Amino acid sequence: MTMEARTASLRDALGQALVALGSENKDMVVVGADTTESIKMLDFGKRFPERFFNVGIAEQNMIGISAGLALSGKTVFCGTYVVFLERAIDQIRNTIAYCNLDVKIIGSHGGISVGPDGGSHQAIEDLSIMRALPRMRVIAPADFNSTKALVKEAGNTRGPAYIRILRPVTPVVYEESHDIRIGKMETLADGSDLTIIANGIMLSEALKAGEELKARGISARVMDCHTIKPIDSDAIIKAAKETGAIVTAEDHNVIGGLGSAVSEVLSKAHPTRMAMVGVNDTFGESGDGAELMKKYGLSSESIINQATRLVNV
Amino acid sequence: MATDFASARQAGPEELEKISSELRTDILTTLGKSNSGHPGGSLSTVEVLASLYFYKMRHDPSNPKWDGRDRFLLSKGHAAPALYCVLSKCGYFPKEELGTLRKLNSRLQGHPDPNKLPGVEIPGGPEGIGLSEGIGMALAARLDGRKHTVYVMMGDGEQDEGEVWEAAMSAAKFKLDNLVAIIDNNGVQQEGKTSEIMPSDSLARKWEAFNWNVIEIDGHSIRQVIDALDGANKGKFPTVIIANTIKGKGVDFMEGNPEYHGKVPNKELLEKALKQVEYKG
Repeated sequence: MTMEARTASLRDALGQALVALGSENKDMVVVGADTTESIKMLDFGKRFPERFFNVGIAEQNMIGISAGLALSGKTVFCGTYVVFLERAIDQIRNTIAYCNLDVKIIGSHGGISVGPDGGSHQAIEDLSIMRALPRMRVIAPADFNSTKALVKEAGNTRGPAYIRILRPVTPVVYEESHDIRIGKMETLADGSDLTIIANGIMLSEALKAGEELKARGISARVMDCHTIKPIDSDAIIKAAKETGAIVTAEDHNVIGGLGSAVSEVLSKAHPTRMAMVGVNDTFGESGDGAELMKKYGLSSESIINQATRLVNV
Repeated sequence: MATDFASARQAGPEELEKISSELRTDILTTLGKSNSGHPGGSLSTVEVLASLYFYKMRHDPSNPKWDGRDRFLLSKGHAAPALYCVLSKCGYFPKEELGTLRKLNSRLQGHPDPNKLPGVEIPGGPEGIGLSEGIGMALAARLDGRKHTVYVMMGDGEQDEGEVWEAAMSAAKFKLDNLVAIIDNNGVQQEGKTSEIMPSDSLARKWEAFNWNVIEIDGHSIRQVIDALDGANKGKFPTVIIANTIKGKGVDFMEGNPEYHGKVPNKELLEKALKQVEYKG
């Protein structure tokens, strides 16, 4: 698998996946909250206006209405920017998760990489919160094709799911035909000295780091952990056993996200030297997304530093 | 007990009075056994629940998931004992099971869980969510070309929640003529009178301003409740029935008393209460 030079929008992937799902499933509906054009849910709305509901800037109501539609047999996609969505954690918990409803929640604009809108708009806690909800599948894809595939799979399997997508475009990592599945990690580069486990926007940073480490004589396995719940424990334990050290990388607080999920698996099954690259329990600020990622240590350099440290212990 | 509820039961006012009395007895007996739960806000809902389940709604206890059923959503989930008593009276589950309320492994959770008990439509617990769920169901009914009505009961304390007004705005936007909200306006919330905790006065004017049809009634008058239910769903917009009620209705020491929002009376007082609510024909 090679990393193509081209980049693409995860939001466009979402829009295309929703239209494809809606064409197959007449019982699918979409509920939005005044961000539907931005996050491309409106693609579905233009195609299937009678099955599309915009409730305005009212996230709690959006989730409640989604729950009611699901309780009447509909397959529901709803969503908005993550920081707005988080207002409705109560409704997500007590309707969608508690009742095991067929509602897929899209959280767009996850992470510090959101950029100029500032810290108020940079969600760094969503994966942690969603992961703590029983029954909630938690998915954070890295590229266009995996987003499309994972959204489609979520739409075709009953029950709740949270899917976090991004504001910036990201490098296309997967071929369109690649068979990517919820709950199954992907190995994008093989290696024997350590494993870098990343998701979302940090996957391409991890691949970059892998290349650079190779040039320095360190063989890094690079894996995409797009699903942090249910987590692919077998793949993580295997990587730990075969490579002996793990670096996780995520555009999210290091408390409760991908790094935590991986360490929960390993501390029980196969204690392993680990380092976590992520946001170090702080809020972001305004700035260009790429600049911010560098400032907050979400970069290939940070991964390389941690990897080198672990290998040399 | 009739088993065919696929059409509305259409019980007359006298029968509904009797059912209401029996429901109060069942509620108090059930709470006496659980020794935990919310009597005040259960007793205030009784005439409305009796009229919905035994007069107005089309539903089928032998087929609780029947697609064509009218839906009753208890958004003020702490009134679960009232809901459970009316459901068991209709035949959704055996009356003996009421004694398991709030106990380990029971289907009768402290607040309703639709995955556990037949006849329960939505989860209860946090206030303010039910009307949104009702909107989702009303939209689904419209999409599916079905003619049933979705009834959502809220509390007046629940009107404090912002989501109620998000929902009110959107139900009018979607012109949901198949949605009826009922406010059990009993004037008391957990810590005191709503007029002191968070005044919800001029409720009728507030809902009118949100483009709803508003009907205000005495929620303990069977005749007025029936007329209001029959008069709802007229026109293009959703209807709200503001049912002025008394918290703890039927028991003198509980009426209007915030103490009995979430407290069960002791054995001696319970016996007194049961005597007071007995059907006197």
